[in-house]
Amino acid sequence: MSEQPEPIKKVSLIVSKGSLVDVYPALVMGNGARMEGMEASIFFTFFGLGALIKKTQNSLKVATVGNPAMNMAMPMLKMPITMPFPTLLGAIPGVSNFATWMMKNEMENLDIPTIPEFLEMFTDAGGEVFACKLAMDMFKLNKDDLCDEVSSVLTVGEFYERSAGASIIFT
Amino acid sequence: MPTKEIAGVSVEVDGEGFLTDHKIWNLDLAAAIAKEEGIDPLTDRHVEVLNFMRKEFEENGTAPSIRKMNKLNIVPTKELYALFPGGPAKKAAKIAGLGKPQGCI
Repeated sequence: MSEQPEPIKKVSLIVSKGSLVDVYPALVMGNGARMEGMEASIFFTFFGLGALIKKTQNSLKVATVGNPAMNMAMPMLKMPITMPFPTLLGAIPGVSNFATWMMKNEMENLDIPTIPEFLEMFTDAGGEVFACKLAMDMFKLNKDDLCDEVSSVLTVGEFYERSAGASIIFT
Repeated sequence: MPTKEIAGVSVEVDGEGFLTDHKIWNLDLAAAIAKEEGIDPLTDRHVEVLNFMRKEFEENGTAPSIRKMNKLNIVPTKELYALFPGGPAKKAAKIAGLGKPQGCI
């Protein structure tokens, strides 16, 4: 008889990048963990902080350059998935905005909240949101610049302390 | 399909204990399943949420998301987690006699 693996009880997610598609997965995974009864926290660092800054959290964008996986079906142009989305096309002003708009519509259709609403839902669910102290210092930010969902600004050491017993996931 | 004795009745359930037929559901069954899930007693507030979920299920074929119940002011997310601790969507669906929720949100 093989032993049953121990169920995951706690997850700590780290978000270090700030495009729309960099931030959503961590929120989905973190919220999903709470839905399954696990403890969950998300630590935002470097450009990931954009999701927490009141002035920028509503305007995160889909990056349309430098992503070789991007194609004419993703995001949602309803053309063949085999047709690449050339990175030079993505550099044209407005294209990132357009792709962002398309994706936001699709998200709403799938009942996925916007970033600020998702953060609220995650904290209402008992999840914790942390900001990285070093990145805050680097970008000259104060706690006041961040949305109310942020419970603390942590050093790396404090983050690891709070993650005791958790699976740490870098997204 | 396995059967299981709940509240003195033999009912069909799936591998995880969700009722396979939501139509046989009643409050006695709900209270018994709730007890197994560690929720005892089942209050009027629980029942309000369960009734809404069942109504949505009958209209749309799926249980409502946590977000939808929050947005429609049926039950705020915080309260839902307090009512059904340790996995609200799954537990509430189970107690409501509905299938396991398929959504990720």
